[in-house]
Amino acid sequence: MPAKPKIGFYWCASCGGCEEAIVDFAEDILGVLEAVDIVFWPCAMDFKKEDVESLPDGGIAATLLNGAIRTSEQEEMARLLRRKSTYLIAYGACAHMGGIPGLANQFSREELLRYVYEECPTVVNPNHTRPAPSFTNKAGHPLSLPELRNVVRSLDQVVEVDYYVPGCPPTPKITKAALEALLKGQLPPKGTVLAPDIALCEQCPRKASKPTNLSFAGFKRPHLTATDPELCLLAQGIVCMGPATRAGCEAVCICGNMPCTGCFGPTSRVRDHGAKMLSSLCANVAPKQTKEINEVLAGIPDAVGTFYRYGLPTSLLRRKVDLPMNNGKEAR
Amino acid sequence: MSHSSLSTTSEKPGTWEPKIAAFFCNWCTYTAADLAGVSRLKYAPNARVIRLMCSGRVDPQFVVDAFAKGADGVLIGGCHPGDCHYVEGNYKTLRRFEMLQRMLKDLGIEEARLRLEWISASEGEKVKTVINEMVAALTALGPLNLPQRFSTWDEEMDKLEEAAQQQPQADHNEKTEVVHAS
Ligand code: SF4
Ligand code: SF4
Ligand code: FES
Repeated sequence: MPAKPKIGFYWCASCGGCEEAIVDFAEDILGVLEAVDIVFWPCAMDFKKEDVESLPDGGIAATLLNGAIRTSEQEEMARLLRRKSTYLIAYGACAHMGGIPGLANQFSREELLRYVYEECPTVVNPNHTRPAPSFTNKAGHPLSLPELRNVVRSLDQVVEVDYYVPGCPPTPKITKAALEALLKGQLPPKGTVLAPDIALCEQCPRKASKPTNLSFAGFKRPHLTATDPELCLLAQGIVCMGPATRAGCEAVCICGNMPCTGCFGPTSRVRDHGAKMLSSLCANVAPKQTKEINEVLAGIPDAVGTFYRYGLPTSLLRRKVDLPMNNGKEAR
Repeated sequence: MSHSSLSTTSEKPGTWEPKIAAFFCNWCTYTAADLAGVSRLKYAPNARVIRLMCSGRVDPQFVVDAFAKGADGVLIGGCHPGDCHYVEGNYKTLRRFEMLQRMLKDLGIEEARLRLEWISASEGEKVKTVINEMVAALTALGPLNLPQRFSTWDEEMDKLEEAAQQQPQADHNEKTEVVHAS
């Protein structure tokens, strides 16, 4: 019997949802487990970095890596797994586009550390202790911690990526399809996002009620609105990212009566997801005068968080452009 | 890694001149710019004009891309309200512009770097005034130079990459001591 292909799973700046998604296969995972040999999965099984280091280069058939890259340790692991894997797959929105952690690219490292270690209402830290990258304890032992980078990155901004499995998290169906394509060797060209290259509206059960001519007299926010469970959300004045977002999720959010927030990223024809959605949405605001236009647009108070919710690091600007870069210790 | 930039020339101090990407509608502002040229009106040579059939064709992606590739400012010129050849194109532009300018401000790009003006075919003089004003405003703001900023951002990864390249590639089957990152 030929050796089973070796598979690895790893997480970086991740909430754990993508790991959960692997487990979500339920009985389907058994079939996968039978066909492969899992050589690395720190979230679920007891593996160490040295287990990976001891494998030959390219010795892992495929590694599915989830989470964004924002520490020196994550960079190091991404490089190691890149070298050891024939296929490196960015799994989930964070590895694919930076994801929710990527929204930290609106703040400087100093602002982030100050908030998390000092200002956050649930934190008690009278000595203003912060994590130090290196430290020698009283016994004279040098200790080190990974360094938090100034910039949150997608996986492909750090190492070469072969394929992307989109979603926050990816659905069991597209995960299974990706694993099957890998196991059967039926892979599309390198760099492909393994989901249909069409807009979500095409797969949406509410598509029939999507107006050809939208006109927004105002925007409603889903948590403040009694949403009609059948009508296209844009027709109800709720921002739905469906027109600018890649299909493949089977409209799970819309089926839950919530708008699409864009986790599958754009289709291959779109370079900047947020700018594209802004374009199609704002062009259809009803008023024609600046003042009235802005009254309608005020219904979208957080433009960056709305249009770039999962993809600020891979947008054309990547980050708030005037933030400082600090190496090592920040001035207080 | 997936990001490339076209212009990365770092400017010598003292020689910097603002670069403006100007998206002009064929039917009005482009003709006006032409008129300004024919009438030998003197205006600053900082604008690279891109002709489009309507200001409504200015995809916000073009604006963001222009900044990302090194523009210090972006100027959009279209027909006056009511005069668009495609009836509604300039209204769409105005609405997109309002949101884009606000969003760019949130991302650290000052409002004065993006300007929208209605300039009809006969207003050659206005092309001159607007470009000169914009050059003055951008000169006061200083260079945006995003290609340079992007490469500065990525320097924080270089140290590790250098270390990785110095590491011998062979002998990975040997047990190596586990060292902590950073
Ligand atoms: S805009 Fe949203 S709700 Fe409407 S058809 Fe598209 S995905 Fe469905
Ligand atoms: S509807 Fe949008 S946000 Fe929800 S899972 Fe699908 S792509 Fe993601
Ligand atoms: S044709 Fe000039 S703005 Fe539309």
